[in-house]
Amino acid sequence: MSMTVIPTPLRGLPWGVLIPLTALVLFGATVLWSAAGGHWSPYAWKHIFNFGLFLSLAIAISRLPERAFRQSAYPIYGGLVFLLMLVEAVGKVGGGSQRWLNIGFMNLQPSELMKPGIVLVMALFYASLPPTLIRSWRALVPPVILLGVPAALVMLQPDLGTALAICFGAVVVVFMSGVPMWWFLSGGAAAAVVAPLAFFFALHDYQRKRVLVFMDPEADMLGSGYHITQSKIAIGSGGFFGKGLGNGTQSHLKYLPEAHTDFAFATMAEEWGMIGGLFILFVFFVVLFRWGMGVARRAPDRFSQLLAAGMTATIFFYVAINMMMVMGLAPVVGIPLPFISHGGSSMMTNMICIGTIMAVDRWTKGTGGRLG
Amino acid sequence: MAKRKKAPKLITPAMLRDSFDRRSMVVGVLQGGVGVLLATRMGYIALAESQKYQMMAESNRVNLSLIPPRRGWILDRDGQPIASNRADFRVDLIPDRVIEKEKTLDELAHMLGLDEIALQDVRDRLEKARGFQPVEAGSHLSWEQFAAISVRQPDLPGVVPQRSFSRYYPSGPCVGHLVGYVGAANAKDYEKEHNPLLITPGFKIGKDGLEKVYDQVLRGEPGARRTEVTASGKIVRDLETREDVPGKPIKLTVHAGLQEYASRRIGTESGACVVIDCLTGDILCFVSMPSFDPNSFTDGVGRLEWKMLSDDDHVPLRNKLLHGLYPPGSTVKPTVALAFLEAGLSPTASVNCSGGLRVGNRVFHCWNHHGHGSVDMAKGIYQSCDVYFYHFAQQIGMDQIAKTMRKIGYGQKFPMPFPSQSFGTVPDPAWKMKKYGKEWAIYDTVNATIGQGYVQVTPLQQAVIASRLASGKMLFPRLMHDDKIGTPASLDFPQEHLDLIHSAMNEMVNGRGTGARARIPIPGVQMAGKSGTAQVVGLNIGNGKGGLWRHRDHGHFICFAPFDKPRYACAVLVEHGGGSGAAMPIAKDVMTYMFDQQKAWDALAPLEAGWGGTPQQRQATKYRAYAAQYGVSAPAVQDSDEALARESEADARPAPQPIQSDAAPPAPEPQADDTPAPAPAPSATPSGTAGPHP
Repeated sequence: MSMTVIPTPLRGLPWGVLIPLTALVLFGATVLWSAAGGHWSPYAWKHIFNFGLFLSLAIAISRLPERAFRQSAYPIYGGLVFLLMLVEAVGKVGGGSQRWLNIGFMNLQPSELMKPGIVLVMALFYASLPPTLIRSWRALVPPVILLGVPAALVMLQPDLGTALAICFGAVVVVFMSGVPMWWFLSGGAAAAVVAPLAFFFALHDYQRKRVLVFMDPEADMLGSGYHITQSKIAIGSGGFFGKGLGNGTQSHLKYLPEAHTDFAFATMAEEWGMIGGLFILFVFFVVLFRWGMGVARRAPDRFSQLLAAGMTATIFFYVAINMMMVMGLAPVVGIPLPFISHGGSSMMTNMICIGTIMAVDRWTKGTGGRLG
Repeated sequence: MAKRKKAPKLITPAMLRDSFDRRSMVVGVLQGGVGVLLATRMGYIALAESQKYQMMAESNRVNLSLIPPRRGWILDRDGQPIASNRADFRVDLIPDRVIEKEKTLDELAHMLGLDEIALQDVRDRLEKARGFQPVEAGSHLSWEQFAAISVRQPDLPGVVPQRSFSRYYPSGPCVGHLVGYVGAANAKDYEKEHNPLLITPGFKIGKDGLEKVYDQVLRGEPGARRTEVTASGKIVRDLETREDVPGKPIKLTVHAGLQEYASRRIGTESGACVVIDCLTGDILCFVSMPSFDPNSFTDGVGRLEWKMLSDDDHVPLRNKLLHGLYPPGSTVKPTVALAFLEAGLSPTASVNCSGGLRVGNRVFHCWNHHGHGSVDMAKGIYQSCDVYFYHFAQQIGMDQIAKTMRKIGYGQKFPMPFPSQSFGTVPDPAWKMKKYGKEWAIYDTVNATIGQGYVQVTPLQQAVIASRLASGKMLFPRLMHDDKIGTPASLDFPQEHLDLIHSAMNEMVNGRGTGARARIPIPGVQMAGKSGTAQVVGLNIGNGKGGLWRHRDHGHFICFAPFDKPRYACAVLVEHGGGSGAAMPIAKDVMTYMFDQQKAWDALAPLEAGWGGTPQQRQATKYRAYAAQYGVSAPAVQDSDEALARESEADARPAPQPIQSDAAPPAPEPQADDTPAPAPAPSATPSGTAGPHP
């Protein structure tokens, strides 16, 4: 990345990531263009605009020094927890549940920001923990509290998808921090016991139904299984080469629900076929597997390592759950596909993650590689 | 990772870094694994199962809807429509697809202007229908209503506005029992015939009468329309359309004008009228009144209509013509006289009637207690003298009489396009022994020869009997115009016997007889006839002329004209008309219609003015009264199809005949100066057939 023809401010940018990412966003824009019946509004134009806006944000984030991340981690975390409580309180007063706060020019969804926020605070916690304590209870109890409070607040909203995303990012950081392996093994065993109990006692009716429908979507073809079935029809009928841009009947005749948000992948697959699906997988492979995890491995210190890995995991969770959902491998949870689905808040979250990884990448280059 | 269990106590940052590297590999492999899983899954869906999903996408996109075929018309003998179709805007509900029932109904009621009663009927139908079965919410919509519903359709799942054809019977109740009615297929129909056409909104099948029997002929082939539709059912564009093939028409021998005239002429009475062509056996009119209006059955019967029909003691749902069994009264006498001639009795053989006949130690009364004096065969017929028949019947014997009765049509079943018909009884000693295990008694002969006791006929048989008496030929009633007319066989009655009977029957109407009220006002045409009064209850309960409607005598009249060259034969029955006096004027006007339609209409006009209009108008008036009185409080219709089926089943069963243990007192015959029969009074229970009680 040291080509001299490129102006200095742009020279430090990771073009190997930004180019595929931009291609992916533009590809998403064509999908949204088609989903809107061949119009740039209301989705496609906004999609590109959001990307441009939040790319600037990401670049701005990437310019911040590591010190700034470390210093702001706990204040940001505390602020977000406060906002989550505020959302809960406003919802209670308003006589219903809500997930956002109206702050004048936009609806702020604190639970979205909590996804990178939890990764940040977890990374800092483990980076500050003396290595000798990594196998003691002091490596476990504070993170459980740090995670438990926001996760519980988000579950209360109720927003299972986001709560799971927050947990996933945090758990990946905990895993990477080097805590004893048997914690995870026994944790997994405990989850296997708790999951059925939670299914019957903790989940809401509609959530339970989604899980049941996921087990057997064809049993309730016209009811809750409708989403999954229509999505599979869209993907399957696209075949290898797709029906061609603008020719998707499932999306245009509105058989496919949420064709521009959660099921945008199905909209894409109907018109672009498996080729389009492989392109998306390839871009995510480049961005997450090669770049995101690569940056984490090369990162100079423990904090930046955990930070980059956690941010990568957060994006990965979106991608994996959304694509498994549209292909009938996961229950229907409202999680959009990053860089393809329409939606400003998910774009913001993902670009914050990207910007953070870019920052870690910059620190690495600035220090000339990893330190001991 | 088992190594971690026995890790050294002191942990250094370098060790953590190692651990991070190793664990990041694990996470990376897991991520890669998920990527491979997703690619594989996509390959499976998009490649291996692509065909299946392509078909599913196609069946999503394309909606194949059947276009109900236009039903074949039912025509009269001159090609006039008895049942036709008219273009119609309608709206149906598919119960399975309706999501918010109350909201949908409210919207519909608002857009269609349905009142409480109509809304209740829609609700009833919706309740009864199986999920896939279309339920009519409204028909005969205006273009504005239709357009309004079509615009709102995407927001009202399960509501299907449609442009279609609906069955139309121009003369409504006048043809109810002739053609039956059509209606939406019910679950049972669908079980019998798994045809998607049956559950197509707007499609009707024949439910009763000719509509049912000739359903396959009338039905036609459905058309089909392939359209591209959105998930909410909104049509994006038409792909292709195949036109329907209309059903074939069926042509009847009935004369539509006469059918309507006779139905209207019966007026407020409960009765039946059949006219038969004496040359061919063609049924020219086939009337049982009162009747339901098949137009209103097409959409499913509403609660009020159903209550009206079931409250009516005139039993509008019963086809009296095919299923009503009545003692024929004195109308049997010409046939009995013919039997006497067959047996060799001289027509001049006389008996003195003093008002009764003593047999052994008993006296059998003549209807005329003052006596008829010396009575020969002709006078026996035109004065309807009972003593004449008592006397000679005992000489000739019941077997001979029964033989002639059967030949002429009593007790016979005719090939008619209806699922069932009653056929009555011709009693003789063998029959009585078989049925009751009792010996034939003198009073049995006495009863039979005056058309009482065990003898029972249907109005259709009465008309056939009249036509056979008139023609001397073995005529069979013919209702379908395309059925072959064979040359009718002779009944082998000598012509002079028939002439004798004919002139006596002519005398009855145009001479010294009791039927002066049946004279037709056509110069040069004389009608011959025979009246009959059948008692319903014994004299100890009522005299048969007044009192409770259901206790009054049935009135019969059989006739043909012209008497010397018979062309048309007619039979009229008036249930509880108080005697034959009620039947004669109807027969007179109906037969007048055969020769001069204008005269007949002129005679009807003042009568209808007094009755409150045509049957349709009277039903409408009654409906309004019911609506005002009961509103939405009428009980729900259970299953009109089933109820109707039960009704005709009950009719098809022979009426219970109590064993006779005495002579039935003969019913009085009307005199020329008789006052008109009393108007029917409302009474509680309907009564169809009833023999005289012991």
